[in-house]
Amino acid sequence: MGVEGIGARVARKEDKRFLMGQGKYTDDMFVPGMRYAAFVRSPHAHAKIRSIDTSAAEEMPGVIGVLNGKQMLDDGIGNLICGWMIHSKDGSPMKMGAWRPLAHDTVRYVGDAVAVVVADTMGEARDGAEAVVVDYDVLPAVTDAVKALGTGQPQLHPEAPGNLIYDWEIGDGAATDAAIAAAAHVTEMKIVNNRLAPNPMEPRAALGIYDSAEDHYTCYTTSQNPHVARLVMSAFYNVAPENKLRVIAPDVGGGFGSKIYIYPEEIVCLWASKRTGVPVKWTSDRTEAFLTDAHGRDHVSTVKMAFDANNRVTALKVDTIANFGAYMSLFSSAVPTYLYATLLSGQYNFPAIHANVRAVYTNTVAVDAYRGAGRPEATYLLERTMETAARELGVSPAELRRINFIRSFPHQTPVIMNYDAGDYEASLEAAMAAADWAGFPARKAEAAGRGMKRGIGMSCYIEACGIAPSAAVGSLGAGVGLWESAEVRVNAVGTVEVLTGSHSHGQGHETTFAQLVADRFGVPLDSVSIVHGDTDKVQMGMGTYGSRSGAVGMSAVVKALDKVEAKAKKIAAHLMEADESDIVIENGALKVAGTDKSVPWFQMALAAYTAHNLPSGMEPGLKEGAFYDPANFTFPAGCYIAEVEIDPETGKTKIVQFVAADDFGNIINPMIVEGQVHGGIAQGIGQALLEGVHYDPETGQLLTASYMDYTMPRADDLPSFQVSHQVTPCPNNPLGIKGCGEAGAIGSPPALMNAITDAIGNNDLTMPATPQKVWAAARAATN
Amino acid sequence: MYATSYHRASSVADAVKLQSASDEAKYVSGGMTLIPTMKQRLAAPSDLVDLRHVAEMKGISVNGSRVRIGAATTHYEVSSSAELKAACPAISHLAAHIGDPHVRHMGTIGGSIANNDPAADYPSAMLALGATIITNTREISAGDFFTGLFETALEEGEIVVAVTFDAPAKAGYSKFPNPASRYAMAGVFVTKAGDGSVRVAVTGAGSNGVFRHAGLEAALAANWSADAAAGVDIDATDLLSDLHGSAEYRANLVKVMAKRAVAAA
Repeated sequence: MGVEGIGARVARKEDKRFLMGQGKYTDDMFVPGMRYAAFVRSPHAHAKIRSIDTSAAEEMPGVIGVLNGKQMLDDGIGNLICGWMIHSKDGSPMKMGAWRPLAHDTVRYVGDAVAVVVADTMGEARDGAEAVVVDYDVLPAVTDAVKALGTGQPQLHPEAPGNLIYDWEIGDGAATDAAIAAAAHVTEMKIVNNRLAPNPMEPRAALGIYDSAEDHYTCYTTSQNPHVARLVMSAFYNVAPENKLRVIAPDVGGGFGSKIYIYPEEIVCLWASKRTGVPVKWTSDRTEAFLTDAHGRDHVSTVKMAFDANNRVTALKVDTIANFGAYMSLFSSAVPTYLYATLLSGQYNFPAIHANVRAVYTNTVAVDAYRGAGRPEATYLLERTMETAARELGVSPAELRRINFIRSFPHQTPVIMNYDAGDYEASLEAAMAAADWAGFPARKAEAAGRGMKRGIGMSCYIEACGIAPSAAVGSLGAGVGLWESAEVRVNAVGTVEVLTGSHSHGQGHETTFAQLVADRFGVPLDSVSIVHGDTDKVQMGMGTYGSRSGAVGMSAVVKALDKVEAKAKKIAAHLMEADESDIVIENGALKVAGTDKSVPWFQMALAAYTAHNLPSGMEPGLKEGAFYDPANFTFPAGCYIAEVEIDPETGKTKIVQFVAADDFGNIINPMIVEGQVHGGIAQGIGQALLEGVHYDPETGQLLTASYMDYTMPRADDLPSFQVSHQVTPCPNNPLGIKGCGEAGAIGSPPALMNAITDAIGNNDLTMPATPQKVWAAARAATN
Repeated sequence: MYATSYHRASSVADAVKLQSASDEAKYVSGGMTLIPTMKQRLAAPSDLVDLRHVAEMKGISVNGSRVRIGAATTHYEVSSSAELKAACPAISHLAAHIGDPHVRHMGTIGGSIANNDPAADYPSAMLALGATIITNTREISAGDFFTGLFETALEEGEIVVAVTFDAPAKAGYSKFPNPASRYAMAGVFVTKAGDGSVRVAVTGAGSNGVFRHAGLEAALAANWSADAAAGVDIDATDLLSDLHGSAEYRANLVKVMAKRAVAAA
C-alpha cells in the first residue's frame, strides 16, 4: 500500500484549510454588486394567502426589490418536483401536489416562503421582509401523519385526497399471512422512528449571479450534487438551459442528505438576480434551517415477526406510515420504499416478507433522506423486534440472530435485494468479544450495587450503498441514472488532477481519491489534486449521498486510471524500446520488469505532451475519462453493541461502552473510515437519546426551532467508541469497497434502545429516550 | 439584530446617566441572554450600556464569613476564587457548572440575577443563602428581589452593584440540566446556618420562577440528611411542564437534587 496508498492512514489534505478557518464556503463568496436576500415566511402552518402588500417594504432603506410567487409564475419558473416515481398498489401514480418556490395562494407549513426582499445589506433585507404585509386566512393544520390519514382532517393538496400520496406494497402478502398464521410464535410491535432535523454545521446558502450580456447564470450553493442541481433547475424549473447555468458547490460544511435536494431559495436567488439585475445572496440562519431544511425519518409502523418451533424466522409483515411533510422533496418518495422496505430482510433468512407503506402529507416541512435514509428505519424496526422476540422466546439475542443469519452468497431476499457478500457471524463474534459480552452479568451486578441499572443491547444491521445500477433504479422509478464519472488528467510535469462527479462535504475525497492515484502510480500524494463541485470543470456527475462516493465514484476513478496506465505503459515501452506487457509502475517510475531500465513518471508525462517521440499513431497528451455504472448495490453490514447505565432516580442514561464491528469491504483510509463511523454513531446516539423534532399538534408551530429545545449530541453525551473492521470484499466493484458513511447512524439506535430497555426491564419506550421518558418507563416497570 | 448604539460605562453613576438618556436603552453585562435575544430580533434596545468595566461592580471579597461579590464578576471568577472556595464552596461549584467555558467567561452574577431566568442557577443560591442584593439605590433581600419569571424588584434604571451574604455552615447545590439547553430542569441549593436554620431554594422547576421549599426546609431542619429530603412529598401543582419534563418529573427531580445537594454539602 505504501505510506500514501490504499489502506494507508493518511492525514486529511483538506483539514489544513478547514482547521485554519480558511475554507471557502458559499457564504464566503463575494462578487461585485452583490446584494442580500431575505425571505418572507409563513408564520402559519396552513393558510390561504389573501393578499401580499409590499408597498411599505419597497420604501425601506436599501431595498431594491420585493418579489413574489405570482411574478415567478409569470416568468415561467416551474414547480419543485420529486424525481422518483412510485406507483400505488392499485397501479396509480403517486399524488404529487404543486410546490411553488414562492407560495402565491396557499402556505402549507410554518416557514413556507411567500416573498423575497433584496436589499443592500442583510440587515436591510430582513427589515424589508418584516415590512411585507401578508394577509392570511388561517386554516386548520395537521402535523401527525397517522392523524392526517383520518377522516375530517385538513386537506393539503387537491391532487392528494385524504392526504395520501401513495399506498405501496412490496413482497408476497399471501405467503406472509399464511406463514404468520402457521407460526409457533409471533412477535408484534409498534415502532416509531422519530423525526430528526439534519443540522449540518454550515447552514444552507445560495448566491445567484445573472450575466445579462451572456444571458448566463452562475449559482454558488450548498449542494451535495451540483450537477443534479443544474439538471433539475434546467429541466424542470426552467431557470435556464444547462449550457447557460453553471452550478458551483464550493466547500460545503456537511449535508447528511439535507443538501441533496434543490430548495426554493437557490432557484429564487437565480431568478431574483435576473429580475433585480444584481447578484443575490441568501444565507440561512439556524432557525431558518430548523424550519426549512428537509427533515428525516418520521415513520410509524406495526410489525409482526413470525418464528417456527426451532426459532427460525418464517415471515415478516410490516405496515408503515411515512410523514412526507407539506411537499414532496426531491427523493422523498424513494426513502420509505426502495431505500427502506427493500432492507427489511436484514441479515436474516426470511422466506416471506410483506410491507405496506403509505406516504402522507402533513403541515410540516418536507421530509427526505437523512444519513441512512430508510435503512435506519428498517434496521431499527427489525432489530428492536428481533431483540424483543429473543426476550419473548427466552433465547439469547445473539443466538436468535445466529440461528437466522444468511450464510451463503449471493442471497436473494424476498424484497428485491440480492446480497453479494458478507459474513455476519464474524462481525457478531468480533463485537461480542470486544464488548466482553460474557462478562456483562458481573458488570450489571456491580452497577446494581451502586444503585444503577445496567443494560446491554445489540443490533445487527445491513444496508445498501453505492446506489446503484442505473437500469435497476430506472426500472424502480428513479428519474436519473446513478452512475458516476471521473477524468484523470496527467499534466506535462507528471502531476495529476482527478475530476470527479462525487462531491466532498466532509468525507475527505481530496485525500482518499488522491490515495488511489498515489497507490497506482507511486507519485506523491501532494502531486495529486481532486477537482469537484463545479459544473464548468466536471462535465457531469451524480454527487454524494447514500455512501456512494467510494463504491461508485472511486470505481469511476479506477476505470479512468486503468486507461491512463495503459497509455502510460505504451509511451514508456516506446521510450525504452520494450514490450508494453513488460512495463511495471513502481515508486513513481515505469520500469521494464527484470531489468534496470526505467523512465521516471514525470518524464513519461512530458513525453506525452512534447509528442516528439510517441508510438506511431498515438494522440499526444495523457487524459482519460470514464463513467462507471455499478452492477449492484453494495451491502455493508455489521454488529453494534451498546452498554448503558441508567440512573433510576433521574432516568439519565450513560453510555458506558459502545462497540462497532463493521464490514465495509476493503478500506482506502482507515482513519477516515473510523471518523465516518464515529460521526455516524454520534448521530445515532442523537436519534436514540437526544434528538426529536416537535411540532405543536394544533397550530403546527415548530417547538424545537433552536438548540435551546433541540438536543444535539455533545462530547459529554458520547463514550469512546471501540471500532473494528471485518473484511469481505465487495465482488461487484474493482476496489472491493462497500461504503461506510451511514453505517454508524443505521446500526446504533436499536443497539442503544435494546440496551436501555434491557436495563429498565420495560420494552415500552420510544426514541429519543430522554431522561424523563426513561424515568417514567423504569418506574412503570417497578410499580 | 436591529441597529443599536453601544456605550461603555465607567462608573455606576455614568451607567445610570447613559441609560436614562434614552427611553429604549438597556444595561448589558455578559449579554448571555440579551445578545442572543437581539440577534433573533426579539429585543431592540436603541442603546446598550455595558456594565462589565465598572470597577466598583467587580471583584470578590471575603471578610470572616461575610462575602461580597461584585455584580460584574464573571462565573469563571466565582468558580475559581480561592477565597470563595474556602468560604462557600457550593457557590463556586454552582458557577463552575453554568453553561460552557465561553458563557462562564462572559456571563456575570449580576446579569444572571437581574435577568432572573426561571432556569438560571444563581437565583436559587441567592435565595438559599439569604443574600442581600445591593443596587445603586438600596439593599433588597433576595426573598423580595425575585418576583416572577424574568421579573425582579428592580426599578427602571436601577443597577445591581453587588450581592452579599454570610457564608453558611453548610451549603450544597445540585442540578439536573435540560438535555438541550443545559439550563436547570431542577436545581436545588440547600444551606444550613450556624444556628441550625435551613433554607432550600429551587430553580428551573417552578412555574413562577425560583422558590423556597417549606417542606424540604422543615424536614432538613429536623434532620439534615439526604434521607430526610427523600421523605418529603414534592407537590407538582405549581411546577413547570414542558417538552423536556412534566411537572411530575420535575417534582421527582426536586427531591433527588435536594438529596444530592445535602449529600454534597
